[in-house]
Amino acid sequence: MLILQAIIDGILIGGYYALMAAGLTLVFGVMEIVNFAQGILVVLGAYLSYALYSHLHIDPFLGLLITLPAMFVVGVVIYWTMIKPIRRDRVIMSLLTMFAVGTVIEGILDLIFTSNLVQITTPYVNSSVQVGSLIFPVIYLYSFGMAVILLSALYWLLYRTKFGRNLRATTQNPTAAKMVGIDVDRISAFTLGIGVSLAAAGGMVFGSTNSFDAASSYDLISRLLAIVILGGFGSLAGALVASIVMLVIEDVVAVVWSPTWGQTTFYLVLILVLLLRPQGLFGRTAVRAQ
Amino acid sequence: MTTTEIAPAGAAAPEHVPYRPPRPLRYGATAGLLALLIAFPLVFPNPTVTSIGVFTMIYLIAAIGWNMFSGYSGYISIGHAAYYGIGQYTVALITIHAHLPAGWGLFGLLPVAGLVAALASIPIGFLLLRVRKHTFIVLTIAVMFIFQLLAFNLTTITNGSGGLTLPFPTWTGDFFNMPFYYVGLLAAVVAGAVAWWIRRSKYGLGLFAIRDDEERARGLGIKVTRTKLIAYAASAFFVGIAGGLYAPFVGSVYPQFAFDPTFDLAIAVLVFVGGIGTLSGPVLGALVLIPLQQYFYLQFGNANLYLIAYGVLFILILRLLPGGIVPGVTSAWRSRLVARARARQELAGAGGTGPEGAGPPGGAGPKDSGPKDTRPGAGQKDRA
Repeated sequence: MLILQAIIDGILIGGYYALMAAGLTLVFGVMEIVNFAQGILVVLGAYLSYALYSHLHIDPFLGLLITLPAMFVVGVVIYWTMIKPIRRDRVIMSLLTMFAVGTVIEGILDLIFTSNLVQITTPYVNSSVQVGSLIFPVIYLYSFGMAVILLSALYWLLYRTKFGRNLRATTQNPTAAKMVGIDVDRISAFTLGIGVSLAAAGGMVFGSTNSFDAASSYDLISRLLAIVILGGFGSLAGALVASIVMLVIEDVVAVVWSPTWGQTTFYLVLILVLLLRPQGLFGRTAVRAQ
Repeated sequence: MTTTEIAPAGAAAPEHVPYRPPRPLRYGATAGLLALLIAFPLVFPNPTVTSIGVFTMIYLIAAIGWNMFSGYSGYISIGHAAYYGIGQYTVALITIHAHLPAGWGLFGLLPVAGLVAALASIPIGFLLLRVRKHTFIVLTIAVMFIFQLLAFNLTTITNGSGGLTLPFPTWTGDFFNMPFYYVGLLAAVVAGAVAWWIRRSKYGLGLFAIRDDEERARGLGIKVTRTKLIAYAASAFFVGIAGGLYAPFVGSVYPQFAFDPTFDLAIAVLVFVGGIGTLSGPVLGALVLIPLQQYFYLQFGNANLYLIAYGVLFILILRLLPGGIVPGVTSAWRSRLVARARARQELAGAGGTGPEGAGPPGGAGPKDSGPKDTRPGAGQKDRA
């Protein structure tokens, strides 16, 4: 029963990890950027929700109506000011640039919120629903529902709209996309905006279920990168499956063995999978033959 | 076996051949720099200043080591803190369990720290070097975090988050930093000599071939896996030594500072700023940036302001000198020389050979325009 509980917890937590990982993998798919700042952007989203809740008493779920657009703008601004001007060695330069951006955000957050751990403590954070001997924390249920809604919206956006078609074309071949008249820069800016707002949505849940400070970002980014590699860089479906798989594995290991080894297993699974499939679970074998 | 990107693995494949100053100038500059570095702590014996010197040496060793693999092979590793941490823990654990007295003897452990790091790097490198580009970069980060978690979790060996404490040497006052500084300088010179030798050797040629086009290098008969792995282990060796020097200097080892993600990026930045894949790049990057970083750190007692200042500085450098200082300066100088040679030739030969014959071998043309000339047609002005 404990194991079943761990599996259910893993699936529920995996839901909001899927949001953050989807943002990371989408950005990579469109512009080949490893967004190393995704971790700190998640924390930024968490702090925004925290500030709205503790000062204005806006429920964090409702507050998403404010934080998501705000973070979208942050993403777009980062694209135009930081990523667009990069001309040489895009892969590594964008990674280093995003790291630098992350460092600046980390410094600012630390300055404003200090390094004391905080948590978004809504009244329902600690309540839970019991079904038989299984316990479902309410916050996980809400966040899982939110993740499903947001990811459905993302899929609708990608597969049912003109913007989505342009975005997918850019993912397949940016040069050809440019040739058929797609404004690749606009698509890229929007994609980074979407990726960053997804980070904020995940950050809201992260901030409600963990106590955090700016330094939490390193732990987050390493998990997110592991998930995204496991799923295959640029693959949205891969990121979703990998989030759930990783979190279930981590929770089960934590229950049957010890919580301290849960996260180590996370990385060991990653390495084992890559030994067998270097391109990840859902990665395409021939990516972009120039 | 590996992924199938057709593009060369090297994220930093150079589009330009840098200008090489004449030999006396190079040797003279090296000797002059070395003399300056030797004299530095004698001229400024203030412990605050010399401790900046020690940090600079630690990062210098690590940067030269990192460049030996990532710069020469084009495989960017953002996980070398794994070997930095291994070096630190090696020295700390041996010192504690063997009850070694603090002092000069600890420096004898530096090669051991390097060897342990190199040994650990061989199986890891064997696994990681199967993938390329982004996947490689991100996997190196993952490996670093695995080591950090192990350091946190293997409490019986590492004492977890409690860290390990090393005995402090009995040196005091102005003298305290001196042994660390000079041993660090010696290690940096050794690392520089190895990097120099690799660049000149046939082995290094294989490494550069891998950076430029791995498939073709394999086709030409280079044992690519072995070549990459040797460079990976060599770079881990020197990064391990840097860690081995850091631990007794600071006197303590903690998982989050031994396996530190910011160390990884700091090294990459140093080398990128100086000029990746060059011999003088990491040296220049470390000697310029680390004192600056330490100065910021001391200046803004507040660690957050320091983070912001460093991040902004870093963004500015990436923006203004995307190719690094050394390639930027040398190629600008070279195009000046080429332009001058052409002007002279045009003056001399009225009905002569024309501008095509001018310039040093190695291609004088719009193709090797400097990194700043990325706009189409920017290289045309030479022909005008």
